[in-house]
Amino acid sequence: MSDQPKIEAKNLDFYYGAKQALKSLNIACHPRKVTAIIGPSGCGKSTFIRTLNRMNDVVAGTRVAGDILVDGSSILGPKIDVVELRKRIGMVFQKPNPFPKSIFDNIAYGLRINGMAGSREHLEEVVEKSLVEAALWDEVKDRLKDNAFALSGGQQQRLCIARALAVEPEVILFDEPCSAIDPIATAKIEDLIERLKSTYTVVIVTHNMQQAARVSDYTAFLMLGELIEFDETKKIFTAPSQKMTEDYITGRFG
Amino acid sequence: MTSSSTKKIRQALGFLFLRLCLALVLAAVALFLADIISRGSSSLSWEFISQKPRRGMTEGGIFPAIFGTFLVTAVTALLAVPVGICAAIYLNEYAKKNRLTRLIRLSIRNLSGVPSIVYGLFGVILFVNMMKFGTSILSAGLTLGLMTLPWTITASEEALKTVPNSFREGALALGATKWQAIRTNVLPYALPGMLTGTVLGLARAAGETAPIMFTGAAFALPFLPKSLGDQFMALPYHLYIMATQHHDIAKVRPLAYGTALVLIIFVLGLNLGAVILRYRLRRRHKRF
Repeated sequence: MSDQPKIEAKNLDFYYGAKQALKSLNIACHPRKVTAIIGPSGCGKSTFIRTLNRMNDVVAGTRVAGDILVDGSSILGPKIDVVELRKRIGMVFQKPNPFPKSIFDNIAYGLRINGMAGSREHLEEVVEKSLVEAALWDEVKDRLKDNAFALSGGQQQRLCIARALAVEPEVILFDEPCSAIDPIATAKIEDLIERLKSTYTVVIVTHNMQQAARVSDYTAFLMLGELIEFDETKKIFTAPSQKMTEDYITGRFG
Repeated sequence: MTSSSTKKIRQALGFLFLRLCLALVLAAVALFLADIISRGSSSLSWEFISQKPRRGMTEGGIFPAIFGTFLVTAVTALLAVPVGICAAIYLNEYAKKNRLTRLIRLSIRNLSGVPSIVYGLFGVILFVNMMKFGTSILSAGLTLGLMTLPWTITASEEALKTVPNSFREGALALGATKWQAIRTNVLPYALPGMLTGTVLGLARAAGETAPIMFTGAAFALPFLPKSLGDQFMALPYHLYIMATQHHDIAKVRPLAYGTALVLIIFVLGLNLGAVILRYRLRRRHKRF
């Protein structure tokens, strides 16, 4: 059973109104592996990753067809508890989105709304553990009461990762997590992703091909909503089977 | 002449024009305030704000009018604030963005432009006659509440719009229900803006005459109202009587100016309260 994918998209179609954004995608994300989604702007990368925790539900006029399985069971359809699903599948957004609260309260937020806060000691313990896991603890341990907006962009993004980790997800989705931060902060987040995959299933959307090559085990290349190629990252970047993939990763377009 | 100096002259002229506009507005307000204060301040005294009128309003104070305005504004707030905020939450957070919603929003904006006398007459039909509240604080307060609703809804919706969508999505992605996301991660940040707009609406309502003159305000009452079902005296209506309807207008003129001054202080006080409240709420969460 260890070969069962954590997440599996099957013939996944997605529409914004009449416009089809994803065309019959088949992508499998394995546990304790990093799966990268690459492709030029507008190819459907973000749309795809947002279907995995049903974030697109909040966008009016969208429609999804096909299926998405998590641990072998479908997460589409009206009977699924979306709130519970989103707790299991955490998400880190493109632009760091700390809440205008203290660093502590940012991490505690998810625990509080999910009734996981427990005693003050327990809460403090989880906040510390999450910040340690997100490699931010040493930088903020003396100022947990400070407003999260006082942190740098890179620190804010790690705070958002810590916030996602605090509710004990099984999967973490990264939607271009480094597009709004500088190279040094990017390197820290890549290190972090490398470490997170020992525990979690990670899916990352990125427009940065080097990043995909560095952090991921599998890579999916999308173009105009279609899956062009999906394989081990090593293979995609050294011996792609499709001409279009080769043209894209060598920078001939995109 | 070089083109760069032409550009600079144009800019200087533009700024000059903007400054003149600002000066014009400020001058109008200053003139108005100076006039009221200079003519009204002589009537202001502890007796004036704490006593009942005596001798056909020619002597004594305006306490019943202050008290009445205070009460009727409270009733207005009780209707306009919660209903306005809830309606705004529904419109901005839950309603589908379709033609019906746009039509509703447009209607609300239009309602804020309806003349206040129309609200007054509507209040007579709905609250005084149909609901049998009679001419009372309740009827007048609800009428003013209806008039204020479009303002509080619009102001609250604008305040909700200033909260970035990433706060909503961030909360949802952590497993919050939609209502949790709104209550814990949207409303607290919209509240300062909502309060400001709401209090501005209330201040405007407190100064209205037309909506209350048929629904509950009385020219003179021997007693203070004992319940919401009683009639009341109110500052704007009192001022209207003193300025235009009194049998000895020349004699009560200073009292009329004093009443005007008290009304202005009441309204400015409400606004000042809103500013302070907003400032304190904002300091709690750093601005995004």
